[in-house]
Amino acid sequence: MTETATLVPYDEAISRYEPVIGLETHVELGTQTKMFCGSPASFGADPNASVCPVCLGLPGSLPVINRTAIEYAIRIGLALNCSIASWCRFARKNYFYPDMPKNFQISQYDEPLCTDGWLDITVGDEQVRIGIERVHLEEDTGKSLHVGGATGRIHGADYSLVDYNRAGIPLVEVVTKPVPGTGALAPVVARAYVTELRDLLRALGVSDVRMEEGSLRCDVNTSIAPRGTGTWGTRTETKNVNSLRSVERSVRFEIERQAAVLDTGGRVVQETRHFHEENGSTTPGRSKEEAQDYRYFPEPDLVPLAPSREWVEELRASLPELPAARRARLQEEWSLSGLDMAALGNAGALDLVADTVAAGAGPAEARNWWLQELSRRANESGVELTALPVTPAQVARVAALVASGELNDRLARQVLDGVLAGEGSPDEVVAARGLAVVSDDSALLAAVDKAIAANADIADKVRSGKTAAAGALVGAVMRETGGRADASRARELILERLAPG
Amino acid sequence: MADTELTRMTAAELAAAVAGGETSAVDVARAHLDRIDAVDERVRAFLHVAPEAALAAARAVDDRRAAGEPLGPLAGVPLALKDVFTTTDMPTTCGSRILEGWRPPYDATITRRLREGGVVILGKANMDEFAMGSSTENSAFGPSHNPWDLNRVPGGSSGGSSAAVTAFEAPLGIGTDTGGSIRQPASVCGIVGAKPTYGGSSRYGVVAFASSLDTPGPLARTVLDAALLHQVMSGHDPCDSTSIDAPVPPVVAAARQADVSGLRVGVVSELSGEGYQPGVLARFGEAVELLESLGAKVTEVSCPHFSYGLSAYYLIAPSECSSNLARFDGMRYGLRVGDDGTRSAEEVMALTRAAGFGAEVKRRIMLGTYALSSGYYDAYYGKAQQVRTLIIRDFEAAFEQVDVLVSPSTPTTAFPIGERVDDPLAMYLADLCTIPSDLAGNAALSVPCGLAPDDGLPVGLQIMAPVLADDRMYRVGAAVEAALDQRRGHPLLDDAKGLDHPKGSSDD
Amino acid sequence: MESARRCGVDSLGRMPITSDEVAHLARLSRLALNEQELEHFAGQLDVIIAAVARVQEVAAEGIPPTTHALPISNVFRDDVIVPPIGADAALDQAPAAEQERFRVPRILAED
Repeated sequence: MTETATLVPYDEAISRYEPVIGLETHVELGTQTKMFCGSPASFGADPNASVCPVCLGLPGSLPVINRTAIEYAIRIGLALNCSIASWCRFARKNYFYPDMPKNFQISQYDEPLCTDGWLDITVGDEQVRIGIERVHLEEDTGKSLHVGGATGRIHGADYSLVDYNRAGIPLVEVVTKPVPGTGALAPVVARAYVTELRDLLRALGVSDVRMEEGSLRCDVNTSIAPRGTGTWGTRTETKNVNSLRSVERSVRFEIERQAAVLDTGGRVVQETRHFHEENGSTTPGRSKEEAQDYRYFPEPDLVPLAPSREWVEELRASLPELPAARRARLQEEWSLSGLDMAALGNAGALDLVADTVAAGAGPAEARNWWLQELSRRANESGVELTALPVTPAQVARVAALVASGELNDRLARQVLDGVLAGEGSPDEVVAARGLAVVSDDSALLAAVDKAIAANADIADKVRSGKTAAAGALVGAVMRETGGRADASRARELILERLAPG
Repeated sequence: MADTELTRMTAAELAAAVAGGETSAVDVARAHLDRIDAVDERVRAFLHVAPEAALAAARAVDDRRAAGEPLGPLAGVPLALKDVFTTTDMPTTCGSRILEGWRPPYDATITRRLREGGVVILGKANMDEFAMGSSTENSAFGPSHNPWDLNRVPGGSSGGSSAAVTAFEAPLGIGTDTGGSIRQPASVCGIVGAKPTYGGSSRYGVVAFASSLDTPGPLARTVLDAALLHQVMSGHDPCDSTSIDAPVPPVVAAARQADVSGLRVGVVSELSGEGYQPGVLARFGEAVELLESLGAKVTEVSCPHFSYGLSAYYLIAPSECSSNLARFDGMRYGLRVGDDGTRSAEEVMALTRAAGFGAEVKRRIMLGTYALSSGYYDAYYGKAQQVRTLIIRDFEAAFEQVDVLVSPSTPTTAFPIGERVDDPLAMYLADLCTIPSDLAGNAALSVPCGLAPDDGLPVGLQIMAPVLADDRMYRVGAAVEAALDQRRGHPLLDDAKGLDHPKGSSDD
Repeated sequence: MESARRCGVDSLGRMPITSDEVAHLARLSRLALNEQELEHFAGQLDVIIAAVARVQEVAAEGIPPTTHALPISNVFRDDVIVPPIGADAALDQAPAAEQERFRVPRILAED
């Protein structure tokens, strides 16, 4: 059932309403084993191959906490500037659902492991501080296939098939504080937050954070209120937001939709909505007769978690350089402006450039190659920069060859063609295609003489002192050598040859 | 050795006889299997008897002995295992239709330890459904019968294992104690039942009723036997986060010590009075006098919050069980009802649970759901957990004055089958004396202290020791047992006449 | 025990539990009970709740709740794989299975 929502165009909506956003992000941790048992956390396609009595919730089974999952969660909390609880417990969240083998989920309720932090993000040239309410641990559920319906979704299915491989995988939930004051930038801020969080988690090495694969999942909360009232509206929660782009689109859509509701004097219903990738819209989830009462109580099968301050400081000392700090450092090292850095970030080129510099190239050259030539190629092929079949080390090699004069820019581009086509490393392509700059004087002289002979009138001009005209002769030499002449050497030779007297 | 001799021997005696070569483990197992054949139709202690598995386990012990390999202290001794422990080679039903025929893919840690120790599991014993009850009348498969009088209950929820030991079907039984479910049946059957310190024995593979209260423990005809089993089955288990990472207290040595001179004994004033059968109070009083005559210093101690124990327990236990039993929904194992292809999962779950659970289980699930509901949590579950703290403090204060506390194990002797089934509260009262130790987690034991003068049925003396001082209760229990056995001149169970008529007479 | 119920409030000012409330509890705990059963259980639960509500008589201001009788904390396991039991063992007792998965009736609620 699709509901065609009335929408107020974004610019208009945002001119009259103030949005408040919030995000809940679930991160699948990259531990070896599950949260409460030793079943492998990574598994192949065989359903129910990675299960045991504990993650199947068999009668009599008991959970035992994975120490590494706690470490990862504390590190995430520290990286997000949170306070780490000195004593906390897990709790049971009780509800019935076939993908949850115990019909309760072990989670944390009123005693989360980490609280009260922040993450700074950059939007354009503005810095926004996103407050972090809490970071806590819980176990993931199994996965259902819905059989018989038209769409593979629950509605209209005849029955479902459940696979518990994923049940029990450690999940960290990061919940932001509400974020007001973003105005028209709300969708972009939401996206930037998730991006930055994702990069931070990747830098920590705690998860492979792939939104498409579900190891990073977002629920996006949006509310609006008339400008100037200072109050906050009723928020909706949007699920099934599976990409950065969808994060942005879902906020945007909800603002437009909620504005239309309020404009007509209606009230926004507090509900969970489902995001539709195909058209960027949201539709209501199945409404429940009553709000869920999860009857939380402390998990009696687990004992409290009391991380010592020594352990926490050990973990803090082990944190790697975080993305924001790294960007600041690189910006200074490369003497770039904020906008330049932002451009690198937007193009997804920052790591590539950094790795290219690390492989020996100069920052300016590295930036140039990635942002100009290679970005163009990526666009042409319709892929991300990171998907291009060329490595930073290879780009650095090409830049080095240009710097030493063995290649000129034109030849370098041809070398890259070869590398991208899979012909091998830059040196292999140079050799195979014979792309080295001709700087051997005798070969050049032959081409120079030919060019002079073929362009006698231009040669006369040069002889008479109009050295600028030599450019045309250089061009002729380039054509003669198939573009491989060392242009500046060719020019020198031409001028020598045509020197007056 | 004659079969009747073998079935009348204690576990300690049988272990010694097997180790010493005077009898084979197979003979011991066979004698007990024969006894089961002879009497279990009337006692109904077992839900499942496993002759082949038992004989195979017995043979393995005999083989080890023949090969000169060392044997565990209870190798070759038969045992009745409450059907709440998972066993891979026998069904595990928890006395419920919802798990009828369920074969777990894994053994409980205790099951594993018994097997490794050469203990011969004869079968799975009857119990109140999911350990909820004090009589086994809540078993979906019919009640067990007290060998003292087959018209009476053997107590519960570990009524099956208690009845089996009492009827000489096995010298050892294992039960679980959550509100008194080992001590109360032991008391009304005239045998020894012990609840270790919570966390002293592993709950991994024990189908959960109330997670913060469930404690597996031994049942036996003598204090020493119970101590031997306590030792074998207990100890740290990394698969159970709530299990104690410390050595098992020296319970066997304490059971052999049996000396109470100089020991300070406190009689809990709140565990007496109205609702207590006069005959029970009489025997209890005599037991206290006996302790004094053996050299103990007896005083009265008040534990004021014990009076609220029943109320707190019947909030905490149902709350935890309402959550623990949510997994029984017909989706992954066990009974599934109503799946005709048109019904939703939600409907099938509800129909399955309605058909698969008995009335007491349903009551407790709903009670627990109520107590945990938003709006009620603070007044009920939250408050009960505070009362629990106060009870713990009562114990701590008491144990500063005395070394052990004593009380009757349960207010009455075995009541007739059917008497309390329609009156839940009356049934709950059986746990009055035992509940405080479950809430506080300390060790407690029931040892027989005679037959009530008013009805000739067994009375139990409860001995409560501080957390991790399990040995102390064995010491006191052994002293009482020795003195009473000597006074009586014959084992108490010789007086159990319930099974004395020929097989087939109608007394069920 | 009669199923007669008290009218009005009890000594703690609590209203007797009604069949509707019991129906709600039954729904929450996925128990399909008929009218008769709801009535019967309502009567019994009412008596039980009155008994357990006695905990409210206890003055417990400032008393911390106990969830674990023993003060253990920080129990962990190492992040080391333990061989799983495999799909066959997992599905062995399943009421219905298909494609190596547990087959369950159609689910109404969205997650």
